[in-house]
Amino acid sequence: MQQKPFAVTLDPNSSRQNHTGLWRSKRPVYVDRLPPCNAACPAGENIQAWLYEAEEGKYFEAWQKLMADNPFPAVHGRVCYHPCENACNRGELDEAVNIHAVERYLGDLAIEKQWTLEPGSKSGKKVLVVGGGPSGLSAAYHLTRLGHAVSLYEAGNKIGGMMRFGIPAYRLPRDILDAEVARIEAMGVALHLNHKVEDLQAELEKGSFDAAFLAIGAHIGKRTDIPGRDAGKILDAVQFLEKMESDAPPKLGRRVAVYGGGNTAIDAARTAKRLGADEAVIIYRRDREHMPAHDFEVAEALEEGIQIHWLRTITSGSDEKFQVEEMTLDEDGRPVGTGRFEAIAADTLILALGQYVDADFLRNVPGLLVSEDGVVQVDERMMTGRPGLFAGGDMVPSARTVTVATGHGKKAARHIDAYLRGKTYQPPKKHALASFDRLNPWYYTDADQSKQPYLDMARRRKSFDEVVGGLGEDTALLEARRCLSCGNCFECDNCYGVCPDNAVIKLGPGLRYAFNLDYCKGCGMCAEECPCGAIDMIRESV
Amino acid sequence: MMSKQVVKFYQTGTFTVGNRLLDETLRTVQSGIARTNSLNSGHRACQGCGEALGARYAVDAAMRAANNQVIAVNATGCLEVFSTPYPESAWQLPWIHSVFGNAPAVASGVAAALKAKGKTQSKVIAQGGDGGTVDIGFGCLSGMFERNDDVLYICYDNEAYMNTGVQRSGATPPAARTMTTQAVGDAPGSRFETGKNLPRIAMAHDIPYVATATVADLHDLEAKVTKAVKMRGARYIHIFVPCPLGWGSDPAHTIRVARTAVESGLFPVFEAESGKVTDVTPIRKKMPVEDYLRLQGRFKHLFGPPKKTETLAAIQQIADDNIARYGLIEAPDSE
Amino acid sequence: MLRQIEGSQAVAAIVAACRPEVISCYPITPQTHIVETLSAKVKKGELGSTQFLNVESEFAALSVLIGASATGARSYTATASQGLLFMAEALYNASGLGLPIVMTVGNRAIGAPINIWNDHSDAMAMRDAGWIQLFAEDNQEAVDLHIQAFYLAEALSCPVMVCVDGFILTHAFEAVDLPAQAAVDAFLPPYDPVQVLDPSDPVSIGAMVGPEAFAEVRYLAHHKQLEALNRIPDLAEAFQKHFARRSGGLLSPDRLEDAETVIIAMGSVLGTMREVADQMRAAGDLIGCLKIVSYRPFPAAALRTAVARAKTVIVIEKALAAGRGGILAADVKMALEGLPLRIQTVIAGLGGRPVTQASLKKMIEAAQKGELDSPHFLDLHWDVIHGELARQREKRASGPSAENILKEMGKKAKPIY
Repeated sequence: MQQKPFAVTLDPNSSRQNHTGLWRSKRPVYVDRLPPCNAACPAGENIQAWLYEAEEGKYFEAWQKLMADNPFPAVHGRVCYHPCENACNRGELDEAVNIHAVERYLGDLAIEKQWTLEPGSKSGKKVLVVGGGPSGLSAAYHLTRLGHAVSLYEAGNKIGGMMRFGIPAYRLPRDILDAEVARIEAMGVALHLNHKVEDLQAELEKGSFDAAFLAIGAHIGKRTDIPGRDAGKILDAVQFLEKMESDAPPKLGRRVAVYGGGNTAIDAARTAKRLGADEAVIIYRRDREHMPAHDFEVAEALEEGIQIHWLRTITSGSDEKFQVEEMTLDEDGRPVGTGRFEAIAADTLILALGQYVDADFLRNVPGLLVSEDGVVQVDERMMTGRPGLFAGGDMVPSARTVTVATGHGKKAARHIDAYLRGKTYQPPKKHALASFDRLNPWYYTDADQSKQPYLDMARRRKSFDEVVGGLGEDTALLEARRCLSCGNCFECDNCYGVCPDNAVIKLGPGLRYAFNLDYCKGCGMCAEECPCGAIDMIRESV
Repeated sequence: MMSKQVVKFYQTGTFTVGNRLLDETLRTVQSGIARTNSLNSGHRACQGCGEALGARYAVDAAMRAANNQVIAVNATGCLEVFSTPYPESAWQLPWIHSVFGNAPAVASGVAAALKAKGKTQSKVIAQGGDGGTVDIGFGCLSGMFERNDDVLYICYDNEAYMNTGVQRSGATPPAARTMTTQAVGDAPGSRFETGKNLPRIAMAHDIPYVATATVADLHDLEAKVTKAVKMRGARYIHIFVPCPLGWGSDPAHTIRVARTAVESGLFPVFEAESGKVTDVTPIRKKMPVEDYLRLQGRFKHLFGPPKKTETLAAIQQIADDNIARYGLIEAPDSE
Repeated sequence: MLRQIEGSQAVAAIVAACRPEVISCYPITPQTHIVETLSAKVKKGELGSTQFLNVESEFAALSVLIGASATGARSYTATASQGLLFMAEALYNASGLGLPIVMTVGNRAIGAPINIWNDHSDAMAMRDAGWIQLFAEDNQEAVDLHIQAFYLAEALSCPVMVCVDGFILTHAFEAVDLPAQAAVDAFLPPYDPVQVLDPSDPVSIGAMVGPEAFAEVRYLAHHKQLEALNRIPDLAEAFQKHFARRSGGLLSPDRLEDAETVIIAMGSVLGTMREVADQMRAAGDLIGCLKIVSYRPFPAAALRTAVARAKTVIVIEKALAAGRGGILAADVKMALEGLPLRIQTVIAGLGGRPVTQASLKKMIEAAQKGELDSPHFLDLHWDVIHGELARQREKRASGPSAENILKEMGKKAKPIY
């Protein structure tokens, strides 16, 4: 020990006696916010969480986190319209994170590695799922993971519903679909094909089911009369695409017209082209901006040579051509006829005007509320008017996408589980949204989006080979790392580093940080410099 | 000119303090649990003090680079006053404060004593504010440079005498309001004078190492301190440290202010060896000087009414001249 | 071994024998020969790893030593006059931090007008800086005081200034007994600092101290000086035992036992005084001399005892507190307060003005008769003063006094040098 002169020479580190926290009028608090991708995901995926794992190359962990919400990552990585990416804050910076491409990478990797999941411990309860589409399969999967015995009845001879019969193979290769369905089956879901439920009440009693989830979809195409055109020669898109899965593909003329503006219309036109039609045209009554089909699908269709006649309604037709009226849009975006007409040559017409639900089999079930187009009403638990009977997917009021349907399956499964256990399922309270203005985007590295490869055009026009390729491991990793981790700490150490008072305590990997309020002066630098907006400054109570 | 941003595509790359995705060797001293906190909690710096932050950044980096064998000398000033008011010291390394204008000479003496005693494994750093460095300590600093004494001198530049209540120094920029260059009269704030650019003056001594840095780029700052500490002879690092009190900026904005100073071109970040510039940190996202000036009360008078467009243009010219002089903007395809 | 050697060379030789580890240097007349000689010794490798720094100012010279001393190195420099004043801030700092730096001051006047010759204005200006100030009468004492200075400084953790009259001593060739290295080594142990900048035991040196403790810090500085009052006589005795020579101490009395008139002075003027005393004693006048070696701390009690029997005390000093008079005299008067004796202040030798035996004798005789003005300015050219004052009364903007005086002197008197 040195002999220190009084007052002039001091012991090191003695300042810690001085609790500068007393100066503070505001204090920092760590918060978690709901990332916009998660908020937008119809399947309720915790996208940020699985990207977080993927960022470190922990693909199995990432896949597990993904599978907690969605049993079809390979499918969704291909067919989901990824509202997550529209919501992604990175879009404000450069381009959204290519979430679906990473999801697809994880899904494909799981198939390649034959990763599996175990069913939950047995509850002794039996649940019937009617319908082998995305919603039914999702419910069956989640219920199995929750320990319930699930029987799934599918009316058709193949499983997959609209994933198989509504989405062309060039967007979703069948081996991918089959692999993800097989994984669910391997978990113990009893799949019964060609089992059309005619009388639900009878089936429930016969199988002594404790609950049921209905998800038969909506696959009756809406029709419209075309004066002068033989109704028998008018195909509907749902039937047309469904037939693609049979041994005898549908026969088409040289010039195929598709009437409608949804994604189904695009699928039908692109399929027709691939089947050899010289011309495939889409006739739609509003303009591109108002087209329900997704822009990238429209773009891909146009690339492949599909013609689209916007602002046209078919008024009459013959075997060779149609008369169409030119439309204009009123203030509300509704089409109004202009009185100007023109002819479009076409020998085949496919209607893609939307679908009904075939709800006949529910006729004996008391307490159900079914609307005119067969749509079944459900409450916020996805339960119909009859206790224990839940429904989801296209047959309930919804946006009718694979992802929405998958989300229904998960949500219903959780409520069914609660119902079976005599409880109420309370979804965890959602955090407030992690908006872009809360971020400090300076800290994120400039990084362009990793693009997926496209099949060459010659093959796109002629074959049903998958159009869009997947990312490789390198690009998937880099893409995952583009995630901004909006609203949730990702342990970048900024708060720990920028505090001029060393008032942030680093707790170690995975444990985040804590504030040392003895010394925090409340300057707010940590909150300001937090890249992802995970620190709030709150007034000190005096 | 080599680009600083070598790690592409990482979530935050080397912009944040740490990053779990970075290789250990690329992580900062500040991100480590074992950092020395050479300047520790309980010091009496104002909220959001850039100097307190810059000092811990620099000294911790020096400590790691020198295996904790560091002796620090401090000029009089905020850093000295807020770190060592009797009976409490915030330092965790041997530290001495003598007077305002002699830190470089005291450090030379420490280095000489170490050499005389054969304890050359210990490294000497001297620290001062801009007043202690470019003004009152300038003679001693220049002497330390020309003798090439084995000292790393670090200037924490907050562009005025803050400890005495914000008066103009030789490092106060044009138009800045201080208590001795008030925002009154025909040309409010500090006059447009030649200023005293100490990094360039240091370079003119042809000393082994001169660098500038800011609290907005920790990786760069630490790399420079680490490099400098490992060298021998006279070395100089000039660190830009915003002062919320003196500049009239939000304490939470300290790093942001430093960042905009760099990104506007007003504070060029570079390093030089033996009198020649060897590297510059390119501007990442160029922004107008107004984005920097608007954050600070000391420039409030420029924004009117009426807005002083000519003065703003003159300040922009300073930034543009820096950009041209140091090549702060990379050619688009020079990655 | 006696050697005929220049004062500065002798000082340099003994400083080197004290094994300083860091020496800083800034040239100023009349101390330059000391650092020049040390520079050569370091360069030749005679001082081992000792570091010699040519710095850019006296302020830096002392600042370098502050750093060096705090790092545990025995530290030395030399300065004078303006240089000492340029160090002023660092002087207070070095003592405030308790750093045992030893510095030779080749005493010299302070300008304006610039003047390179000897007086004590420089050391007197810094008398309250917290340094121990020892004044050498001759070059032998200058040598001996340096050994004692290092010892004392390090024993007390207090800087010591050894004051050696510029030119009169620094440039004088005298026979000096320079102790052998082994003897110095045996007397002066290696520096063992009480506090040091050491990475293995960090301390913060130089804290800001507020009203709550500042007065106590100052008192402790005073206490250290009081402690030196006890140490210095002991040290002189130890020195005498070791080197067989009386040197240093607080005071050096010369024939005070029966003296009725005591002349008090510091530095080389004592040599002239002793000769005057010899002559006056031969004529039956009971003159004694009292040399003050330690001006800071001021040996008030020892002084009082030493001159208690005198009737007249004459303080001869080479400095002037303008507007006040004598500086040393004020200290002496304070020390002798209440004693029934007459105290006479004499200001002499300013800016190198020779202090002659004749003038001293004349002055003493006048003092003994009670006919001396007070303070008395020895050998002041009153005709020049009156002329200049008259000219100033005539015309306000009459130009610089010094120049005018020199012009007048040129007409009326021969230059002194």
